Amino acid sequence: MKGLQSDILIAMGAGAGTRPVESAVSADDSPVKNGRRLQHAEGASRPLHSTTAREPQPRGARIRGNHRVDQTEAAARFIAAPQHEKMHDDRLWDLRTKRDGQMHAIPEWEELRALASAIKEHTLTHLDQYLDEFEQNARANGVHVHWAMDGDEHNQIVHGILRDHGAKTLIKSKSMLTEECGFRSYMARVGIEVIETDLGERIQQLDNEDPSHVVVPAVHKLRGDVAELFATHLGTDPADDNVHHLAEAQRQATRPLILDADAGMTGCNFAIAETGGITVCTNEGNADLSANVPKLHIASVGIEKVIPRLEHLAVFIRLLSRSALGSPITQYTSHIRGPRDGGEMHVVLVDNGRSARLALEKFWTSLKCIRCGACMNTCPVYRRSGGLSYGATYSGPIGLIIDPTFNRHKYSSLPFSSSLNGSCSNVCPVKINIHEQISAWRQVMAENHELTFVKKAAMKAAGVLLAHPALYRVAIATADSALNGLPRFAIYSRLNAWGKHREVPHAPRESFHSWYKRNRSAS
Amino acid sequence: MSSRDRILASVRANLPRLDRPLPQVPMFDASAPESLLALFKESLYDMGGDFVDLASGEDALQPIRERLAAAKVVCSAASEVTGNRELSSVRSPRDLADVDIGVVRAAFAVAETGSVCLTQYALVVNSLGYLPQHLIVLLDPTDIVVNLHHAYRRPEFLQGHYVVFHTGPSATADIEGVLIHGAQGVRTLTVLPLPRAARPSNH
Repeated sequence: MKGLQSDILIAMGAGAGTRPVESAVSADDSPVKNGRRLQHAEGASRPLHSTTAREPQPRGARIRGNHRVDQTEAAARFIAAPQHEKMHDDRLWDLRTKRDGQMHAIPEWEELRALASAIKEHTLTHLDQYLDEFEQNARANGVHVHWAMDGDEHNQIVHGILRDHGAKTLIKSKSMLTEECGFRSYMARVGIEVIETDLGERIQQLDNEDPSHVVVPAVHKLRGDVAELFATHLGTDPADDNVHHLAEAQRQATRPLILDADAGMTGCNFAIAETGGITVCTNEGNADLSANVPKLHIASVGIEKVIPRLEHLAVFIRLLSRSALGSPITQYTSHIRGPRDGGEMHVVLVDNGRSARLALEKFWTSLKCIRCGACMNTCPVYRRSGGLSYGATYSGPIGLIIDPTFNRHKYSSLPFSSSLNGSCSNVCPVKINIHEQISAWRQVMAENHELTFVKKAAMKAAGVLLAHPALYRVAIATADSALNGLPRFAIYSRLNAWGKHREVPHAPRESFHSWYKRNRSAS
Repeated sequence: MSSRDRILASVRANLPRLDRPLPQVPMFDASAPESLLALFKESLYDMGGDFVDLASGEDALQPIRERLAAAKVVCSAASEVTGNRELSSVRSPRDLADVDIGVVRAAFAVAETGSVCLTQYALVVNSLGYLPQHLIVLLDPTDIVVNLHHAYRRPEFLQGHYVVFHTGPSATADIEGVLIHGAQGVRTLTVLPLPRAARPSNH
């Protein structure tokens, strides 16, 4: 999709010949170079401008303590906001399309996926050894290594380090692990000011929302939502929703906070046992600012992030951004092995349920996940319902199989938010059988009596039919003719979630079984 | 029992008892292009970076002299370019916040991705890669490897504490997918081909 006609014309109209090449822009103000629309980082491959009429941003799932999260209810409210839903759907499908483009450009793509999966499975089945090796090497480099059983302990350790240094402000780059740990709210309670430096994550922090996507945290918001938010928090003009102006306003507002921060924090994409170093991937360079401007750097690392050697890192770096954004690499891939001169570096290794997950025979391979978000971008349910509808740290297909390990009851209905089409498994760069695990979680929920009444009644009826082939065939014949003849109010009733927001397909005139019987006997 | 011991004990107790050998990773370089420089340039452009093409016989620094002269603060960590902000005078990384153009030499580049590799030794002060508004990277055209498999075999990753791939400038498209250069880091990244051991300039 490079070089859309209209983009090039606008670029030329803007005077590509007389001005520096990078100042040429496309129809939606994206940069154009050598006549080609740039689409690196998370840039869209075509203009996706939202309409100017303001539509209030739909909010996420209603969280009530330990009560079961109702994803369907929140998704219905997202769908009821057509501008938000359309942008979300278009934008994520565009990332999926860009990912496909990158995949086709690399002949060894499937081999890389197989390697990535094998390296992760090897590491996870020897995790104690590699964690030990990582720790030894990190310590030898002068890194302080800490271990945290859970989110609370992680937060306490970080707070302790900050207290020891008299640190009051902390700049940080995006980390899903710190979201798991409830890090920002903990730090707010103990009086530490946390400043997110990733644009999307900062937007979410200012709006007091969780990230809705592991890679593009504010993807569910429209430019108008951001303009309104920045007007409140950064004093910008609420009527100015020019994306360049909004991004620049954030840059200008955040920069002094970066320069003055007492400490910096990053996550970690890969921890290398061989070197004792961490690797962090960002497009904005904000992890490097967080690690390199303040004297003190703290990295939060999930214990499943470790990989054996540098040569394995090549496999994952080649897959990560291509799978996530359809870009060959992130703008910055940073390898940090120890403190710089005069600085101090801490690594907090966090379990938070990971070691227990290793014991789950059907689910342990979910620990292979490298948080690229490809499964979310391809998922028809996720694209139409928004990440916040899941009411959990992780959303989309990967969320459906990870969230229940944190709280089986609260997230018991999530595994049902899938059509089991399997696209998630097909795009996963580390070959997690996501859709099979979703299905297996449904069984777990049924066995643990975590089904809602409507689902239970429907399952029971279906169970009887599916166990009796003859009965099933009669039922199908009746259902097909009924589907074609039934009045709409019967199909699109409140009890039938599948009838909501979609047209039921025309039922075939005849079932395959009866067609086969008829044609077999005729021949 | 410390948290460390409890976590490792829990890991050991729960390890899947499966045979999962560590695979060999090929170098995937069978179809390497004839010109690594041409592939590098194309990859760099796609990632939003700039490359200075030199006319034959042209003084290698000529194309950037005008930019350097127009900038208020230039800070160079490369011996070939002299700026007006000495890195030796920098007491804190934030002292580079007012730099307009930073200059640094890449250890090597990666053709597949358009990345340049910067080390702590080349940067002198790591924030030189991020706080300036613009970054100029000197690259010896013979210092290009074909892909990341070759890149991670380089010795730089076992030397020092900080090594980074820069691939184009700082970027974001977090709002409606509109691509912005200069999210929090540099607004532009320009690669200038300049063999090592070139004579220092008088700029």
